[in-house]
Amino acid sequence: MIARLLALFAFLVAAPAAAETIAIVNARIVTMGPAGDIARGTVLIRDGRILAVGSALTTPPGATVVDAGGRILTPGLIASGTGLGLIEVRSVGAANDRLAHGAGITAAFDAGYGLNPDSVLIPVARRGGITRAIATPLFDDAPNRETLFAGQAAAVSLGGAPMLMRRGVAMVLEMGEGGAERAGGSRAAELVALRAALADVRDFARRRPAYDRGETRAYGLSRADLEALIPVVERRMPLLISVNRASDIRDALALAREENLRIILEGAAEGWRVAAEIAAAGVPVLITPVENLPSSFESLGATLHNARLLRAAGIVIAFQGNGNHRERELRYNAGNAVATGLPWSEALAAITIAPARIFGIDGAVGSIEPGKEADLVLWNGDPLDTLGRPAAIYIRGVAQPLRSRQTELRDRYMQTGGQTP
Amino acid sequence: MADSRAPALVHFRDGSAGREQRVHRALSGLGRLALAALVAASPLSGAAQGLPRGLVADPDPFPSTYRPSPGPPMAIVGARVLTGTGLDLPSATLLVRDGRIEAVGANLDVPAGYERIDGRGRWLTPGLIDAHSHLGVSSAPHTPLSEDHNEETAPNVAEVWAEHSLWPQDPQFRLARAGGVTTLLILPGSANLFGGRSVTVRNVPAETVQAMKFPGARYGLKMACGENPRRTFGGRGRAPATSMGNVAGFRRAWIDAADYARRWERWRAAGGTGDPPRRDLQLETLAGVLSGDILVQNHCYRADEMATMIAIAHEFGFRITAFHHATEAYKIAPLLAREGICVATWASSWGAKMEALDAIEENAPMVHAAGGCAVIHSDDATLGQRLNQEAGIAMTAGREAGIAIGEGEAIRWITSNPARMLGIEGETGSLQPGRRADLVLWSANPFSVYALADRVWVDGGLVWDRADPRFQRPSDFLLGQPGQAPPR
Repeated sequence: MIARLLALFAFLVAAPAAAETIAIVNARIVTMGPAGDIARGTVLIRDGRILAVGSALTTPPGATVVDAGGRILTPGLIASGTGLGLIEVRSVGAANDRLAHGAGITAAFDAGYGLNPDSVLIPVARRGGITRAIATPLFDDAPNRETLFAGQAAAVSLGGAPMLMRRGVAMVLEMGEGGAERAGGSRAAELVALRAALADVRDFARRRPAYDRGETRAYGLSRADLEALIPVVERRMPLLISVNRASDIRDALALAREENLRIILEGAAEGWRVAAEIAAAGVPVLITPVENLPSSFESLGATLHNARLLRAAGIVIAFQGNGNHRERELRYNAGNAVATGLPWSEALAAITIAPARIFGIDGAVGSIEPGKEADLVLWNGDPLDTLGRPAAIYIRGVAQPLRSRQTELRDRYMQTGGQTP
Repeated sequence: MADSRAPALVHFRDGSAGREQRVHRALSGLGRLALAALVAASPLSGAAQGLPRGLVADPDPFPSTYRPSPGPPMAIVGARVLTGTGLDLPSATLLVRDGRIEAVGANLDVPAGYERIDGRGRWLTPGLIDAHSHLGVSSAPHTPLSEDHNEETAPNVAEVWAEHSLWPQDPQFRLARAGGVTTLLILPGSANLFGGRSVTVRNVPAETVQAMKFPGARYGLKMACGENPRRTFGGRGRAPATSMGNVAGFRRAWIDAADYARRWERWRAAGGTGDPPRRDLQLETLAGVLSGDILVQNHCYRADEMATMIAIAHEFGFRITAFHHATEAYKIAPLLAREGICVATWASSWGAKMEALDAIEENAPMVHAAGGCAVIHSDDATLGQRLNQEAGIAMTAGREAGIAIGEGEAIRWITSNPARMLGIEGETGSLQPGRRADLVLWSANPFSVYALADRVWVDGGLVWDRADPRFQRPSDFLLGQPGQAPPR
């Protein structure tokens, strides 16, 4: 009872408009859920959650009615692999919490701590229709620093405090060229180091008391890092593996098979070349669909057709934006995948329900379904197009301001022509 | 937007004498004029009889060997045409002959013998111009040696030329071609106050850089304000470490350049006899700016720093052609319009460093609305494949903010305005009779994310056809590498 009251209290704090019922009527609703596409319908929101969605709903008395005017209504978009909440200016160390160089905190690094809901990046990303994000740590590439794991990703909300949705949604690892570099210079070294580290974690998990008495062999990782990796070896937390070359993807799949791990692939520039193997392993893939440059020896086969080919093989795919300040381009990345042959609804899925499922937050967000949190975006035009713009954004049923520091600057110089009033 | 479309027939064929005039222009056009101007105005020209080669400047020691490969005469019929001059023609015909545009307008007859290309349902624009690219000098794949565009060994390296780093086999050129880019300004990086000379290239497959060089295009000098030179050199305990150090470095160099130009002027005034002043490649480039032959391409983000650069230009009597990135241009848009300085910028990029924190999506529309020369550039091999989309983002954001901009106007940001910035507006960047037939036929509204370049022509020669696998041909580097033929 107390727990429920506390939960209710927390909810009231989180959602000041909780008592309100909102009816968004006359919308073309793309639910990404069991209700499918509704040509002209209504979404009812109560207490921050979706109460109902359909074409023949009655608007309850007293509800705030929003006439969508036939425009497209979608679930809020989800950006995977961002630094939102962790970074202000990339080149300023004090304004960048996305990486750390302490030797004892690698896997234990938790992107769910230190989140800043007041970051000026958040309203900018939100104006790109993004309502939730998966915040991921980066590797600190200080010289001579050998680090296998970057740390744990967190699911976050872009609707103000509290920002954290769920911590520990994935453990971030890099294989291929970057991973090799961090393991002393070779892929061969990294694969051995990874297996040794996982063996240490399993040993530690069985023998914690002995470890605390100093009666175990020495482990390569700190206690905090070992603890952080236990959910990984127990398959409760997926490994998010950044990897690009076809052979490296095969190595990642083999590692998962042999070590009995859940994995998510990220990057996967040459994923289309091993799509059947990825599909057979049931592994989801995060990609940035516009990345087609042969920018390194591990991505010589990069192509704009990657998204289409991975999806055609039956793989669950989710899209990434263009990083930090440029997350708002997420929806254009999805649109570009459509231009190269991916069906429109599949592209929208890759920035809504698919990432929600991949990171285990689909019970709360990712589609317009009764019971889910009311993250909704009403669009002027096509949500995936450069010619479309968001008209209204709701997070947990709360209408979000469409302003940002950027629009404040715009308006200052547009209306007054300068700073002098 | 409908209101920016012109009524019916707009660009007429220029009369019976038109054809001859065009041929004449083709032969003695901008290329030779620019070269002649360079020779005449250069402080280095003179009689110089009997002097060893190299002691007196040759204004064009690495001449273009590019030759157009036009196809047979053709007519693109029925496309919605954005001319790059501000016009938006709902359904028009464009005639091309000998690699040059012959006519454009509604209801034109297609002459006998012209290949007829169906443009119905598609959009036709000038070939895109990327006014800020590092293709070939920062090549793929990235290796320690492929980062070949920042000679960061001294703050002033005006003596280096980007064309001497340019690798024509960079696979990224083909990707830009598939994005409709027919001309690029390849620049040195921004680590230095003076980063060296730029080179303007045609986006055609070639074995040598000279075979890509845009005939007669003038050189540019890359300059950089702000954080990058400070970070590069201040971090090594040498000047410039501060913004005031940057400015002192600029002014010192212009004083030296003016002195150098004067010495050559004296020698030339004395008949060009006797020993000439000693050539200095660094000062020669700066002197070329002072004489107006070399265009200043200035990397500069902040409004206050741009204003300082303008004051320096006034102090030493040269012109700044364009500020690049210029993410705060919207704060001083009237000043930039008054000075006639182009603004090459993005819509989406912001915040990676302090000087980029105030970037807004509406920068180009606000510069445009103030009567300035707005340009959307890439500075990035991924973005450089979709300059059209970036312009679309800027246009749409501008409209949302209340700036009425039609497609016919916005296309200038990636065609005629960058052409002006590169000094080649008489040759390309717009669909007018006599201009080079640099064209893109788009599958849809080019400002949309869904538009693909169906076909691209350079000088009337087809360089990209989305439906023809021959144009997927990879550069030498990717030949025989894995993963080069994804299933269609």
